[in-house]
Amino acid sequence: MPFIPNTDAERREMLRAVGVKTIDDLFTDVPQANRFPTLDLPEPASEPEVMAEMRYLAEANSQAQASACFLGAGAYHHFIPAAVDHILSRGEFYTAYTPYQPEVSQGTLQSIFEFQTLIAALTGMEVANASHYDGATAAAEAAILALQQSRGRHRVVMSPVVHPHYRQTVHTYLQGAGVNFAGDETPENYAAFQTRSRVKYLAKCVDESTALVIVQYPNFIGEIEDLAPLAEIAHTAGALLAVVANPIALGLLKSPGEMGADIVLGEGQPLGIPLSFGGPYLGFFATRQSLLHKMSGRVAGETVDAQGRRGYVLTLAAREQHIKRERASSNICTNQALMALAASVYLSLMGNFGLRRVAELCYHHASYAAERLARIPGFQIVSRYPFFHEFVLRCPKSVSEINRHLLDQHEIIGGYDLGQDFPFLANHMLLAFTEMNSRDQIDALFDALSAEAL
Amino acid sequence: MTEPLVYELSSPGRIGVSLPELDVDPATLPPSLLREDLPLPELSESDVVRHFLRLSQMNFAVDKGFYPLGSCTMKYNPKVNEDAARLPGFGFVHPLQDPETAQGCLALMHQLQLWLCEISGMAAVSLQPSAGAQGELTGVLIMRAYHHARGESDRRRMLIPNSAHGTNPASVAMAGMEAVEVPSDRHGNVDLEALHTLCDGTVAGLMLTNPNTLGLFEENILDVAEAVHSCGGLLYGDGANLNALLGVVRPGDLGFDLMHFNLHKTFSTPHGGGGPGSGPVGVSEKLADFLPSPVVKILEEGGEEEPPLFGLTTPAQSIGRMRAFHGNFGILVRAYVYIRMLGAAGLRRVSENAVLNANYLRALLKDTYTIPYARNCMHEFVAEGRFADAPGIGAIDIAKRLMDYGMHPPTVMFPLIVHDALMIEPTETESKQMLDAFADAMKKIAAEARANPELLHEAPHNAPVGRLDEVRAAKQPVLTRRA
Amino acid sequence: MNIPKDLRYTKTDEWIRVEGGEATMGISDYAQSQLSDIVYVEVLPKAGDVLVKGKPVASVESVKAASEVYLPAGGSVIKVNAALSATPELVNKDPYGEGWMVKITLADPAEINALMDPKTYEAYCAGRQH
Repeated sequence: MPFIPNTDAERREMLRAVGVKTIDDLFTDVPQANRFPTLDLPEPASEPEVMAEMRYLAEANSQAQASACFLGAGAYHHFIPAAVDHILSRGEFYTAYTPYQPEVSQGTLQSIFEFQTLIAALTGMEVANASHYDGATAAAEAAILALQQSRGRHRVVMSPVVHPHYRQTVHTYLQGAGVNFAGDETPENYAAFQTRSRVKYLAKCVDESTALVIVQYPNFIGEIEDLAPLAEIAHTAGALLAVVANPIALGLLKSPGEMGADIVLGEGQPLGIPLSFGGPYLGFFATRQSLLHKMSGRVAGETVDAQGRRGYVLTLAAREQHIKRERASSNICTNQALMALAASVYLSLMGNFGLRRVAELCYHHASYAAERLARIPGFQIVSRYPFFHEFVLRCPKSVSEINRHLLDQHEIIGGYDLGQDFPFLANHMLLAFTEMNSRDQIDALFDALSAEAL
Repeated sequence: MTEPLVYELSSPGRIGVSLPELDVDPATLPPSLLREDLPLPELSESDVVRHFLRLSQMNFAVDKGFYPLGSCTMKYNPKVNEDAARLPGFGFVHPLQDPETAQGCLALMHQLQLWLCEISGMAAVSLQPSAGAQGELTGVLIMRAYHHARGESDRRRMLIPNSAHGTNPASVAMAGMEAVEVPSDRHGNVDLEALHTLCDGTVAGLMLTNPNTLGLFEENILDVAEAVHSCGGLLYGDGANLNALLGVVRPGDLGFDLMHFNLHKTFSTPHGGGGPGSGPVGVSEKLADFLPSPVVKILEEGGEEEPPLFGLTTPAQSIGRMRAFHGNFGILVRAYVYIRMLGAAGLRRVSENAVLNANYLRALLKDTYTIPYARNCMHEFVAEGRFADAPGIGAIDIAKRLMDYGMHPPTVMFPLIVHDALMIEPTETESKQMLDAFADAMKKIAAEARANPELLHEAPHNAPVGRLDEVRAAKQPVLTRRA
Repeated sequence: MNIPKDLRYTKTDEWIRVEGGEATMGISDYAQSQLSDIVYVEVLPKAGDVLVKGKPVASVESVKAASEVYLPAGGSVIKVNAALSATPELVNKDPYGEGWMVKITLADPAEINALMDPKTYEAYCAGRQH
């Protein structure tokens, strides 16, 4: 047994010390009729056998490293510097638990403090927490915060061009909270979608009962809008504005904090975390100082020890479930510490110059691609300028058909089929471009789609 | 031994990455949309690596030594798990790829769903929840949806034993329901009489951790299940302590209607300094339609040569989606590897040894520390961290002193129903020698508590920092670097 | 344990001082010592709010505990102690003076009679020491 060190001789000695004859005697509290069932599981396998099986399963998947990947929609294939995973592979980090004992957890605590500092800087906010599960749950936590802060308001206004999974998650989380949602009903047709996806449409949904307005920046279909007017409308009505932001875009674009957002949250996966079929990812969450005590999730804070040495602790714990129990605003216990560490290492390596460069490459690649793909007969770019690194391409046939062809014939992972979320957007593909999509890859996509047009 | 912040190591103009040159004509963006200031640190790659490596050395971890944190199951994390999760065919798969191009991932998830069903006696599993607490919220929302679907939306009260984790009542409150506390009896079981009084037509269910946070198996489990079911409620299992039950008993066979699993506890996936974890939820047949989406299903059965076609589906009355995409896939890979290596016999050995280790440690310590509830424990036990003849010494002092002996302290001050609780969970991956060394340290500390209490009060003496001022941290919170 | 003679007390450890038709309330010395170092106080109502007896009026947090504070008697809020947000330690230092929380005009002065007198409260606190 590889992970159980004790030998039979040692077990016998231990049983004697406990005062029972056999191990089975330790389980007499378990109802006898149900004790020791026979489990129908495969026979144990050795490490090389298991790794062979895992390689077999892994090789059955298409993947972004072996193809040109133009799929985004909330998860992105970015360059991850080698140093990130080397740090993450340190047993001192990944085999530790939540830093309940700060004296022997300063590595994790300081890295969380640095993460909070980096996220606050990136989003233009004053404080950040140690992270949530992912961007979608961070959005749900923003809604909970705003509803509590408002004391009695019950409306949440959401743009239909917030990521569909995020909107669904917010609805799931709040199904018992008596909330009235506005703004994100699936539009009946393309014209309605065009209207409602504008930031200024949301203003009409904001009323005196509104606790929170949630928008995405750039939005789900890649477009960038100035959020300052919406912030003003929300604030005039006494509501908060939460912005779901792409962290890479924030390397180039004005921060939501600068435009008046009260909460900035999002998916941190682009910051050095692999695609990994959807998780584990990283929900970042930043707010104004004034909302600090209403913010859920772990936070690390700076303090000193008896000798005056600087150190870090988990702080403001009295807001949390283990103390407040049913009066806590959220049940969240832990954060995505290891993923937050990945983001800290990534942002430290990138620095000011690197993050801006990555953002520029994304933007220029997308612009170049839009300009080329628009020339293919039958295809049309329908996202409105300016967009960041994603845009919508109207296609002459179904997206699934095109994607099958792209993968089979050209080793290209095509875009996201928007018809899945918006029925009137059948034949519309959301394409994403990062620093990993070289000009050669984009030209290959152009050639492949041109062949489709024939 | 303080390490500067990454910002304090920054030197303007330094670069830590190598990125491709721009290979297309640059486009323009309206300057009004651009940010002027991007306050990130500037370091070389070696600066960054050394900084984080030095930070890593300020941590205690399972890879360094004994970590008996009760209810957290800090077992050894096999290295092969890490290699498997990092295979490019897992690590670089996009979650929104056409499912036909991700059949390896889906096959793995489908198999893991089946294995978790088999281990727990549940009929269906969703792998979506990201952690134990999110699994609980999922479970509570499923219970709520089930009662609503039956036209019993006035079932709003959730019964929770007073030994439960704080996440249980917090999850209930998030779902807009009311948490009602159930007392424990003097044996550490649910107080059956009190339970019977509370069970009525307003009860949505009972959330039970079994073994409970005292490390005790609920002796009246069948009666508890009967009481909850007979008033129309559902029995929820908090899987935090499942490490005691693998191959020992299936919660589904005891009457649990639904439960969550903590893959990062029971199934050896690393804790990562606080996350990521994974908290799949299993349910009985009648609740299967309420599971969160997506669930992996076989869309077309395979043939002799052909594997089946797997797809992502939404159950008919699903509570909805708990997060983006399909769950913490990277964690699922690790749990799959673990179950695959151990098989049924290995899993049973895990629980047997976890329980034996805990009872052995309990036997070694019972003459030195007060251990309330004198019964054989399961995978953990709770001792009192105080001594009648050493006033002023509490569980926290003992915990801090353990650090000087090179060991991580147990969970302290929880559960709340034991004074100065020290909750000790050794796990099956520790050897007898390690347990003996821990017991020795605990006995020495008990002697020091009488002879030299200052040694404990001022501990730890050789950690990177001493006890930190938590009042100052909370009163004037400094959560980001002060520029 | 300081239990001033001129106040009335609740089972949830609030005190109330009646002066004419007005009353001032806060949490007792016993309550602040149980919480230990208070790091955050949020007073919930604002002047002009009309509240019934038992409504939560403040949320108090220490490093290891959190507690809600309830109104001992109904009335309309005249003033709240704004100093507590910046200096929550006033509740520890001077629970019956500078650590006050809310001043109200009493809706029904008879509600005060239902509260514990100092002697009863002292016995009530003693019964909880263990």
